[in-house]
Amino acid sequence: MVSPILELSNINKSFGHVHANKDINLTINKGTIHGIIGENGAGKSTLMSIVYGLYQADSGTIKVSGNEINLKSPRDSIENGIGMVHQHFMLVENFTVLENIVLGFEGEVIFGKNLEKAKIDLKKLCETYNLNVDLDSVISDLSVGFRQRVEILKSLYRGAEVFILDEPTGVLTPQEVDELFKILRSLKEEGKTIVLITHKLNEIMDLTSEVSVMRQGEIVGHTKTKATNREKLAEMMVGRSVLLRINKSKTHRGDVAFKVENLIVKDDLDVARVKNVNLEIHAGEILGLAGVTGNGQTELLEALSGIRKVESGEIFLNGEKISDSLNLLNPRELKEKGLAHIPEDRQRMGLVTDFKASENLIFGYHDQEPYSKFSIMKEDKIFDYSKRVMEEYDVRPRSPHLMTSNFSGGNQQKLILSRELNENPKILLIGQPTRGVDIGAIEFIHQRLIDMRDKGAAILLVSVELEEVLSLSDRIIVMFDGKIVGERVNEDVTDRELGLLMAGVV
Amino acid sequence: MEFLSDIASLTNSTLRISTPLVFAAMAGIFAERSGVIDFSLEGKMLMAAFVAAVGSYFFGNPWAGLFMAIVACVSLSMLHGFASVTHKGDQVVSCVAINILIIGLTTALAAAWFGQAGLTPTLTDDQRFLEITLPFADALREVPIIGIIYSDILSGHYIFVYFAYISVPIVYWVVFKTSFGLRVRAVGENPSAVDTAGINVFTMRYKALAINGVLIAFAGAHLSTAVNANFFREMSAGRGYLALAAMIFGKWHPKTAVIACLLFGFTDALQIRLQGVELPTIGTIPVQLIQAVPYVLTVILLAGFVGKAIAPRAIGQPYIKER
Repeated sequence: MVSPILELSNINKSFGHVHANKDINLTINKGTIHGIIGENGAGKSTLMSIVYGLYQADSGTIKVSGNEINLKSPRDSIENGIGMVHQHFMLVENFTVLENIVLGFEGEVIFGKNLEKAKIDLKKLCETYNLNVDLDSVISDLSVGFRQRVEILKSLYRGAEVFILDEPTGVLTPQEVDELFKILRSLKEEGKTIVLITHKLNEIMDLTSEVSVMRQGEIVGHTKTKATNREKLAEMMVGRSVLLRINKSKTHRGDVAFKVENLIVKDDLDVARVKNVNLEIHAGEILGLAGVTGNGQTELLEALSGIRKVESGEIFLNGEKISDSLNLLNPRELKEKGLAHIPEDRQRMGLVTDFKASENLIFGYHDQEPYSKFSIMKEDKIFDYSKRVMEEYDVRPRSPHLMTSNFSGGNQQKLILSRELNENPKILLIGQPTRGVDIGAIEFIHQRLIDMRDKGAAILLVSVELEEVLSLSDRIIVMFDGKIVGERVNEDVTDRELGLLMAGVV
Repeated sequence: MEFLSDIASLTNSTLRISTPLVFAAMAGIFAERSGVIDFSLEGKMLMAAFVAAVGSYFFGNPWAGLFMAIVACVSLSMLHGFASVTHKGDQVVSCVAINILIIGLTTALAAAWFGQAGLTPTLTDDQRFLEITLPFADALREVPIIGIIYSDILSGHYIFVYFAYISVPIVYWVVFKTSFGLRVRAVGENPSAVDTAGINVFTMRYKALAINGVLIAFAGAHLSTAVNANFFREMSAGRGYLALAAMIFGKWHPKTAVIACLLFGFTDALQIRLQGVELPTIGTIPVQLIQAVPYVLTVILLAGFVGKAIAPRAIGQPYIKER
């Protein structure tokens, strides 16, 4: 018997001029896993934050199990059996698991009176759902996967019947994703309802029984998962057909363009993060570097691009030694030798977000002709150039004078991409090229990278998105705990095999 | 025996001198544990000293003065909250504004009401707190050791001295052993976690600030209605900043903060004691040099010995819901 547990009707929400949710109607049935899919900025998270009471809708009604409810704060939602696992975990890092779970529901003035009872209840929940969390550990000692379980346990303890998960797999290894899916299935078997917010098509196909698609603040489709496929969903999300797997020809591999020997790099706390890494990139190939965040990829990229000191080891560019521990070329000198770097953290390192788009487009070349003469910047030249480049890279909106922070993630990335690629680099180092970028822009960025490769550039692609590494790379290396733990040619590798390498299992 | 009585009187003054620091440090712990920087301890202490002296003078009762000081300090805390919690202003700027405001306000009001800039009339004994002699203090004086500890060190203090040291375990208990304390600490570490647990972040911060106001009022009243018998200009003399340093030195923890306060109190007691003392070969140490010792010590401790003081993670950040 199918009965709705959560019904939203005509929900509207605006932030200033942005209409984040437009007339949303959505029915979630009890005991199902319901997917909500859409690009970044489609309004999924806003909608679920309204359901969780974090925001109040401008208009519309929400019913839980047939009763209309008025949600003024998360407390109201919790009391109505709604729980949410946020994309960024809502945990106090120096508290224990137990303290985090009871926060807000301590029961007594004197903290600790009810803790023993809470512990017993929680252990029972842990067993039922196979969560396996140690209640006395401090959060900062736990891995990301376990922190997520704490969030699930927290909602369970507060009596949630509906679990909203916002992009739950973004930070997990493939194995952790499998574990999470097991937990979600067992929740469903116990009669709980799950709402899964994601932009990943695979997750929708694997897990859900129903799916709703959002685009630009509206729900553009509902369907049974069985009755659809990845291509159809992607088309609904973007509003036009998209290529999910990039078309690429076989590579014409040239000579070794970039070589790293025995590289050791330390982080700011003087801990070695890159441990004796050797790698080679040929002209005309994309070398994919896969790995879970925090295994030394960031430090490696920074060292290769001249931002971070090399502890020992050597770096060669077209056979010429450019860096060792004594003599490190700075980013500018590297750039002049044909090396371009698109950093992982685009807002912190790639852009000055308080600058105009046009200023970011020429940043680094701002003191060169034609953008400037005798140290005076040529506004009109810069404007014309920006206009042209934004057209070419389809940056929206096409307003060179707009503040960079007002562009979406995908468009910000296109600004950086155009700045770096227009110099026709021989070597391109690129980190997380499509993090927080919507599907349409992903396709565009991927196509540009393939074009660069076909023009003979050597590309190092660092990404935590396995799918991205698999679809672009000619060769794949996996980094774990600062070391390269495996190298595979793309054609003969499965994502399962890579996942095991990433987790350091083999 | 003279050595022993020297030690006793030094310990006695250390306890007394540290008292306003202890209140202020405890007040600071509440504000900062909830994520609100409190640089305005100095201004609030000065305000409390002024209001307590004026209140006692008009009502003829020091308790009335204390009560009014509490009202004044809680109001200032609320003002700080209004600017930096509700309106998400810069917390340091808000504190500096309060400090400057109070220096001018106390001086001007004293001039308007009593005709003397920055000075209130001297309080009679009825209008101020007097030293309390503990029961049997005189009888026990002759008993070895116990006599010195009980009669010379513990007895004969103003009531605020006892309040201050009793407040330390209470603050510890509230912050670490109650549900309220758990929430205060959580809101200073990760306010989003508190918000999503269905607790109002702003209300929590206001509550913590209210307690902060009550505690700091005691420090001010101690200065103007106990140790002294009137208010004079800028009488807090940097104690609010010193207490803030002690709190950071004590890593936002009541137990270690009180030790830091005692250390500062001790150096101050020592410098008073050393004034005019002739040292062999060196001669008399200039007063100014000795008076600088507590402040020099603060700089050295903060710069070198604290190690990495880990502040509450969300300190100084106004809470804004993510979009």
